[in-house]
Amino acid sequence: MAAAAGEVRLIGGWPSPFVLRARVALNLKGVEYEFLQEKFGEKSELLLRSNPVYKKVPVLLHHDKPVCESMIIVEYVDAAWAKSGQAILPADPYERALHRFWAVYIDDKWFPSMFGIAKAQTEEAKAESVEQAWAALKLLEEAFEKLSKGKAFFGGGTIGYVDIALGAYLGWAKVIEQMAGLKLFDEEKTPLLAVWAERFCAHEAVKEVMPETEKLMEFAKMLRGK
Amino acid sequence: MAEGENKGLVLLDFWVSPFGQRCRIALAEKGVEYEYREENLRDKSPLLLKSNPVHKKIPVLIHDGKPVCESLIIVQYIDEAWPDRAPLLPADSYARAQARFWADLVDKKMYESGTKLWKLKGEAQEEAKKEFIEILKLLEGELGDKKYFGGDTFGLVDIALVPFTAWFYSYEACANLSAEKEAPKLVPWVKRCRERESVSKSLPDPLKVYEFVCFLKKLCSWHVNGHLCRPEYIVGGFRHGRLTSFVG
Repeated sequence: MAAAAGEVRLIGGWPSPFVLRARVALNLKGVEYEFLQEKFGEKSELLLRSNPVYKKVPVLLHHDKPVCESMIIVEYVDAAWAKSGQAILPADPYERALHRFWAVYIDDKWFPSMFGIAKAQTEEAKAESVEQAWAALKLLEEAFEKLSKGKAFFGGGTIGYVDIALGAYLGWAKVIEQMAGLKLFDEEKTPLLAVWAERFCAHEAVKEVMPETEKLMEFAKMLRGK
Repeated sequence: MAEGENKGLVLLDFWVSPFGQRCRIALAEKGVEYEYREENLRDKSPLLLKSNPVHKKIPVLIHDGKPVCESLIIVQYIDEAWPDRAPLLPADSYARAQARFWADLVDKKMYESGTKLWKLKGEAQEEAKKEFIEILKLLEGELGDKKYFGGDTFGLVDIALVPFTAWFYSYEACANLSAEKEAPKLVPWVKRCRERESVSKSLPDPLKVYEFVCFLKKLCSWHVNGHLCRPEYIVGGFRHGRLTSFVG
């Protein structure tokens, strides 16, 4: 269902995994939107006005009304365009609770450990973060087995809430894998997730908006240089 | 098939936990009967460990044997599992997104900031006070002149925040911070919430909370090697990641 011009705008930055979540959700629903790319290092007036609390991207503007926080945006898009595309969250309340639980886990546990690998100042600190990241992925592998019910995604046959939550980090995961010289989504440790990762990145709703690893590497180098 | 929708509901909880209280309030609003089980967080029950193997924390709501974890997720689950009465979230999807945003903000800010008030001293406590006052003012601004955060209906944001009001007495006693003075517009809202049976029955006596805080402070003064002790092994019900930012 195409939105009228100007009806849907997304304020964001191309490298942000949080922005990517919003984009994938909008793509899944076939929503046309204007992407307002923020200039790196500068926050636009529109952003500051639309998200005065956190002053962060992404912000979805629907009829100029702002929605902030990536997973809240995803849930909003799912509800606001309920009649388009496939449901992002399942209908059953218990399944929804499970999806929400794992999305929170991904942000609270997986992301900090993955980020910890990049930030680590010593080999020891790095090793610790790597162990934590792998441990988190093991739990997510089990979750995938339960939630996917043998199908391709956490959401079953189609990309769902947890897929978006975790999948958004895949671009940066590849950068960290290269920089740290290791595999996070390891076929031996987490075989289901290793396959899922490729599948997610290749999905129609994702491949155009997932940032290229080389571009992210350059961006990361620039950040480090700062 | 369950005989009545009340069959098989167990809430694993700890009396002083604001996160557990959110669940109690939500269940009471829906008029749903459940079995309350107080956990000894120094000796967690096998049921708790089995039901929340990832975090091993309360609250956990077990519905017909199926566990739901994380307080705001539990509250939304309660709302969705009993959709026929006392809606805790608005019908409109934009309003729902706003409710989730503010409930999430309470989650991100209130507990950590509030804990710093009674844990820290001197300069650090003064900083914590400034931070806490900012959060209160932000919430006050969002409430405005509305009856509740969601408007006329008591809902998710009220449920997320109101348990922390039982700690206001402790914040004043420990940090000389009067939430009522700093955010006067919240005062009528607190009163209004407490008039609801679901809230008055679920929140602890602020004096008992203060006793508990004093107990925690004593424990914290028995620290080893200058590191502040981490009380979450006692209370366990709080989001792990949030405490580590200022411990040790």
